[in-house]
Amino acid sequence: MKSATTWLRRNLVVIAGLGTLAYLILPNVVVTVFSFNNPTGRFNYAWQEFSLDAWKDPCGVADMCDSLSLSLQIALWATIGATVLGTAIAFAMVRYRFRGRAAVNSLIFLPMAMPEIVMAASLLALFLNMGVQLGFWTILIAHIMFCLSFVVAAVKARVLSMDPRLEEAARDLYAGPVQTFVRVTLPIAAPGIAAGALLSFALSFDDFIITNFNSGNTVTFPMFVWGSAQRGTPVQINVIGTAMFVIAVLVVLAGQMIGNRRKKAQPK
Amino acid sequence: MSATAAPPQAPAAAEPPVHKPSLKKRLIPYWLLLPGILWLVVFFVLPMVYQASTSVQTGSLEEGFKVTWHFQTYWDAFTEYYPQFLRSLLYAGTATALCLLLGYPLAYLIAFKAGRWRNLLLVLVIAPFFTSFLIRTLAWKTILADGGPVVGVLNKIGFLDVTSWLGMTEGDRVLATPLAVVCGLTYNFLPFMILPLYTSLERIDTRLHEAAGDLYARPATVFRKVTFPLSMPGVVSGTLLTFIPASGDYVNAELLGSTDTRMIGNVIQSQYLRILDYPTAAALSFILMAIVLIMVTVYIRRAGTEDLV
Repeated sequence: MKSATTWLRRNLVVIAGLGTLAYLILPNVVVTVFSFNNPTGRFNYAWQEFSLDAWKDPCGVADMCDSLSLSLQIALWATIGATVLGTAIAFAMVRYRFRGRAAVNSLIFLPMAMPEIVMAASLLALFLNMGVQLGFWTILIAHIMFCLSFVVAAVKARVLSMDPRLEEAARDLYAGPVQTFVRVTLPIAAPGIAAGALLSFALSFDDFIITNFNSGNTVTFPMFVWGSAQRGTPVQINVIGTAMFVIAVLVVLAGQMIGNRRKKAQPK
Repeated sequence: MSATAAPPQAPAAAEPPVHKPSLKKRLIPYWLLLPGILWLVVFFVLPMVYQASTSVQTGSLEEGFKVTWHFQTYWDAFTEYYPQFLRSLLYAGTATALCLLLGYPLAYLIAFKAGRWRNLLLVLVIAPFFTSFLIRTLAWKTILADGGPVVGVLNKIGFLDVTSWLGMTEGDRVLATPLAVVCGLTYNFLPFMILPLYTSLERIDTRLHEAAGDLYARPATVFRKVTFPLSMPGVVSGTLLTFIPASGDYVNAELLGSTDTRMIGNVIQSQYLRILDYPTAAALSFILMAIVLIMVTVYIRRAGTEDLV
């Protein structure tokens, strides 16, 4: 009995940590299990019987796959936009001393320190006052805006930790500024840029609050899920949720494996 | 912020060149900044200005709104909706505390004890970012369903008696109570707590733990005097990343709560999108912004960290 309590005390952190992990993963398990459900009513909240129907016909619900493809398009363009703009800012911030640095710093920090709904509402105020038609473009504009700061943070962290002497060495070996940037700087900054891009994609694809305010009648995937919570949730939503989780795990694992291999190839 | 400090490793190399750089070279940082900063000015700062002007307008949808410097809206909005403000701060604060309590052991486990499982555990923390959070929040409806196994167990061990006494639940149900909303908030923002915690824990040199042990510190003392203080940057940014979005959230309160658990986000959302009372909505969202910014500033001062980004 005493050994059991000592064992418990020794492994308390592990048990508590795994408990938290279970709390994090539980909804994903439920989503997966209920993707094989055959519900009787409009809502997929209670288990009825096993069925593969939803998996055989994932786009069988009206408008769902349209919203999914719209969300993917917006996420893709938002990622490209935010990554390009954010990477440029990050390099300027780390590599150059210029006037107004502090102001620029707080301007980049503020969107991350603001409740999303405040930004969502203020953007709507702008678009309403300007008489802009809400839709694809207003969503894209908003997504690039809120992803930007996260890209800057990710790239900045990476560039800060890199040794400026590497670039000087390249210049000493007669590499031009462009060549130095492409052959030395960019490869070292790449993991930070990739992390920022991945984060942008996830944030944009999953955003609900800002999109809800600025989408007008346009329906992105989160908007579709939100609507279905009122009208009835088709099983296909769980299929998409499960597929997204599996793809995310594979993509992140693959990314980490590439990172590990790189680390092994060039030891510090 | 740390970016302003010169890199310490090569003081000689950081010396500026003797000749003055050409104008073209000096303009490079501005060209790099211009597009992104312009984007933020037009789509982040300018909207705030428009919202400020909206908040002091009066009128109606039919007649149109006019700027009349009607600051009374702020007072009216605050006195009418202060319960929702208080509730938002209470729920977000509770969820943040729970996130810290739940997230710390997992971050510690990944940083120090996971060994070769570290990558897999990290992936399992990050992967939910890529799965729709709305779908996962809806899954909580199934998990917390009335008469379901989770509620049954909570009832049996007397947990619901305690939470009912605290006013967090009512009778033997969890859905549509404050507990369900706090549970959803905690769940949704947990990764935002774990990742900064993990980053700052991972940076700690484990030899410090050994040194503390050599000096006869017991594990609990090592944690209290060495590990936890060194993880403070992670604690600060984790709590901010959890509290700020949670205070403005309305999704959890809408999907898992009832009309009695409405947070200020729900009010702003319905004022803007359903009732179309733009001045009140704008005033409410400015009050929320002011409360959050004041709390964050005070907190950062107290915690003594300036290095956030």
